[in-house]
Amino acid sequence: MMSTVFDSVDRVDVEAVNSKERRSLYKAREKIFPKRATGYFRTLKWWVMLITLGIYYITPWIRWDRGPDAPDQAVLVDLANRRFYFFFIEIWPQEFYYIAGLLIMAGVGLFLVTSTVGRAWCGYTCPQTVWVDLYLVVERWLEGDRNARIKLDKAPWSFDKVRKYTTKHAIWLLIAIATGGAWIFYFADAPTLLWNFIYFEAPFVAYSTVAILTATTYIFAGFMREQVCTYMCPWPRIQGAMLDEDSLVVTYNDWRGEPRSRHRKKAEAAGEKLGDCVDCNACVAVCPMGIDIRDGQQLECITCALCIDACDGVMEKVGLPQGLISYATLRDYNANVQGIVSPTTWRSFIRPRTVIYTVMWSLVGLGMLFLLFTRDRLDVSVLHDRNPVFVQLSDGSIRNGYTVKILNMRIEHRTFRLKLSGIEGATMTATGFDTAPSDALDIAIGPDKVRAVKVFVKASPSNLTSPSETFIFTVTDVGGDETVSYEAKFESPKKSIGQ
Amino acid sequence: MAEKEIDQISGIETTGHEWDGIKELNNPLPRWWLWTFYATVIWAVGYCIAYPAIPLITSATSGFLGYSSRAEVAKEITEAKAAQAGMLEKISASSLEDIRKDPELLAFAVRGGLSAYKVNCVQCHGSGAAGGGGYPNLNDDDWLWGGSLEDIHTTLKHGIRFQWDEDTRTSEMPAFGRDELLDTAQINDVSDYVLKLANLEHDQAGAERGAQIYQENCAVCHGEKGEGDREQGAPNLNDAIWFYGNTKPEIARQIHTPRHGVMPGWQNRLDEATIKQLTVYVHSLGGGE
Repeated sequence: MMSTVFDSVDRVDVEAVNSKERRSLYKAREKIFPKRATGYFRTLKWWVMLITLGIYYITPWIRWDRGPDAPDQAVLVDLANRRFYFFFIEIWPQEFYYIAGLLIMAGVGLFLVTSTVGRAWCGYTCPQTVWVDLYLVVERWLEGDRNARIKLDKAPWSFDKVRKYTTKHAIWLLIAIATGGAWIFYFADAPTLLWNFIYFEAPFVAYSTVAILTATTYIFAGFMREQVCTYMCPWPRIQGAMLDEDSLVVTYNDWRGEPRSRHRKKAEAAGEKLGDCVDCNACVAVCPMGIDIRDGQQLECITCALCIDACDGVMEKVGLPQGLISYATLRDYNANVQGIVSPTTWRSFIRPRTVIYTVMWSLVGLGMLFLLFTRDRLDVSVLHDRNPVFVQLSDGSIRNGYTVKILNMRIEHRTFRLKLSGIEGATMTATGFDTAPSDALDIAIGPDKVRAVKVFVKASPSNLTSPSETFIFTVTDVGGDETVSYEAKFESPKKSIGQ
Repeated sequence: MAEKEIDQISGIETTGHEWDGIKELNNPLPRWWLWTFYATVIWAVGYCIAYPAIPLITSATSGFLGYSSRAEVAKEITEAKAAQAGMLEKISASSLEDIRKDPELLAFAVRGGLSAYKVNCVQCHGSGAAGGGGYPNLNDDDWLWGGSLEDIHTTLKHGIRFQWDEDTRTSEMPAFGRDELLDTAQINDVSDYVLKLANLEHDQAGAERGAQIYQENCAVCHGEKGEGDREQGAPNLNDAIWFYGNTKPEIARQIHTPRHGVMPGWQNRLDEATIKQLTVYVHSLGGGE
C-alpha cells in the first residue's frame, strides 16, 4: 500500500524551492510548479474564485434605473461629472467621507479577519492569488500537472514546446486584456464604452488604462507570482503585528508527525518510534509559494490551505487520522506539544481583541448607515465678494455681493427659497432674476445639479451694529421639508455704522 | 587587481573594496534594469530624430514630426476660438436685453466680459470694478451717463470726452475760480450750499448766501436740488457718492478748477461681440438699471 502512495506523489524535484535550507538571498528565483490539489479548501477556493471574478466582471453590466436624468449603471464612478453611483446610493464629491468610512471598515475588517483566521485575505480573496490560480488553470490544462510541467520546462526547445508555450501565453494575454478591460467599465457607461473601445473611438485614457492593467496582470500572475507576495506586498510585513497566539494559522503538527519517515515498514520493523508524517512531500508539491510548511509558520505562507488538502488526502490513503497539517492556533499547538490534547475549535474566534474589532467595525458601519439615511440632499455654500468687499450706494445704504451655490442632490427638478435673516430691513436681488428687492428669492435647479447665483444684499447702515455683521442665508426646498442654512458676514465701512 | 577574489559565503566575486572588514560583492546589474536602460537609450535616439532636440547656433533641429510647443498653443487657441464661435455669433445677433434674459448667454457674456475687462479696463476701474481716485465705481447705482444696457453700451463704444470719436459724449464744467467767474468767497458759499444739498455738515450762513449763486450758475446742469443730469454727465450732488470727495475743500477745489475724466471709446479696438459682453458684465455688477 505504501508504494502506491508514493507513486501518486511526484518524486521529481520534491524539495521545496523556498525551504529553510535552500532559501538564499544570493540565488535567482527558481520556478515553482504547484500540483493540483483536491479537497475541502480547494473546493472552497474554487467557489471564492468564481464569486470574486464574477463580481469583478459582471458588476459594471448591471443596470439600475434612475430616471432620464442620471446614468442607469448600477455601479459607476463618474469622474467627469464627479458622481459615484452605487445602486440606490449616489455620492457627491463633498460626501467623500463615505469612502473614507469604507476604507476604515476595510482596514478594521482586515484586522479582524487576520487576527481570527490569519491571512485568509491573502490565501483566498487577494486578486494576486485569484489571478495566479486562474493562470495556473490554463497552464495545467495545456501542459499537464506538476511533473509534466517540470519535464516540459527542462526539455529542449521543440515544436511541441513552442506550441504549448505560445498557446499558454496567448490565453494569459487574453485573460489579462479582459482584466484590464473590465476595469474601465466602472468609469463610464459599459455598453457604450465597449462599443467605442472596439471601434477605436474611446478616449486615450481608456486604452492606456487597459494597457497598463493588461501588463501588470500578465506580469504579476504569469511571471512574478509568489514574488509579489514575498517582496512587493506590504501586507505580509504587517502580519506579525496582527497575528497572536489565538489566530488560526496553517500548522504542521510536528508533535504528531515527527519523526517523519518514508520507509515506514522497515523502520517500524526495526522497532523505531515514528510520527505520522510519511515524508511524501505532497504538501510541498501543491504549495504555490514553494515552501515546506513543515519548517513551521513562515513569511511566505499565504495560508491558502492547499497543503492541508494534500496531506489529508495522503493521511486518508495511509489510514491515519486527518489533520496532520491543519488550521490551529499557536496556543493549541503549544498545548498539544506539551501533551495536553487541545483541538482547535471556533472558541478561538471570541476573545477581547476580536470583539473590540467587531464592535469598531460595526460602529463605523452603523454610523455610516445612519448618516446615509439621514443625510441632506441639499447643500449651500456662500462666497463673499472679495473685491470690492462692499459698495456704497447713492442713498447711503451698503451693498455686499455673494456667490450663493445651491446643490440639488436629488435626481429631480426642485425649487428652493433663499431667505436672508439677521439684518433688519435687508433686501436682496440677483443677477439674472428680475424680481423686486426682497428678503426671499425662489431659485429653480435641475436634477442633480449645482447652481451658482450672484446675490446682492443691501442694508441700511442705521440697521448695522458692526462693520462685520453676521446674518443667515436659509435655503428651503419649496414643497419639501429640507432646509439648510449658512452663516455669512455683511461688511460695511466703519464710519457709516449706525448712521 | 591581479586576481579575482571570490567571496566564501556567496561564491560571488568581490570588487576588492573593503570597509572595516566588509567587502562589496560585484553583482551584475539586474537584467531587467539593464534592458530598461538600453531601451531608454534607443528611445532617446528615436526621440531626438522625431522631436526638436539638438540646439544649433540660431535655432534647433525641428525633428521629423515637425512638433513645436508654439504651434501646439496656436492650435489650442484656434480650437478654443472655434468652440466659442457659436456662442459669440449668438451674442452678436442678439439684443443686449435678450442676452441678459437668456441664462446661458448671460453666463457666457459675464465670463467673456470679465476676461475682456481684466485686459482692457482694470487699469483705471480696478480689478473689482470699484474705481477710485477719479475713476468711477462700476458696482454702485450712481451713473454719470446712465446705467441701462444701452447707456453702458454707448459709453463703451464711444468713450467719454474721447477726442478721436465724433460720437463721444462730452461736457465740461466751467472753471469758476480759475477763470474768475466767481470769487473765493462765493466759491466758499456755494460749497456750503452743496454740502447742504447732500445733507452734510455745513455753515448755515454760507449756505444761505450760496443758494442764490448755485441757482444762477450750477442748477442749469446739476439741477435745482442737485439731482444732476445724465444727458450732460453732470453728477448728482445730493446723494452719498462723491467722485472727487465730499469735504468742503474738495468741493471748493472742484468748483475752482474742475477735473474731467476721459474714457477711451472701444469701437475701433474691440469687436462688437466683446463690447456687448463687456456691457452685460458691467451691467451685472449690481448697479445695472
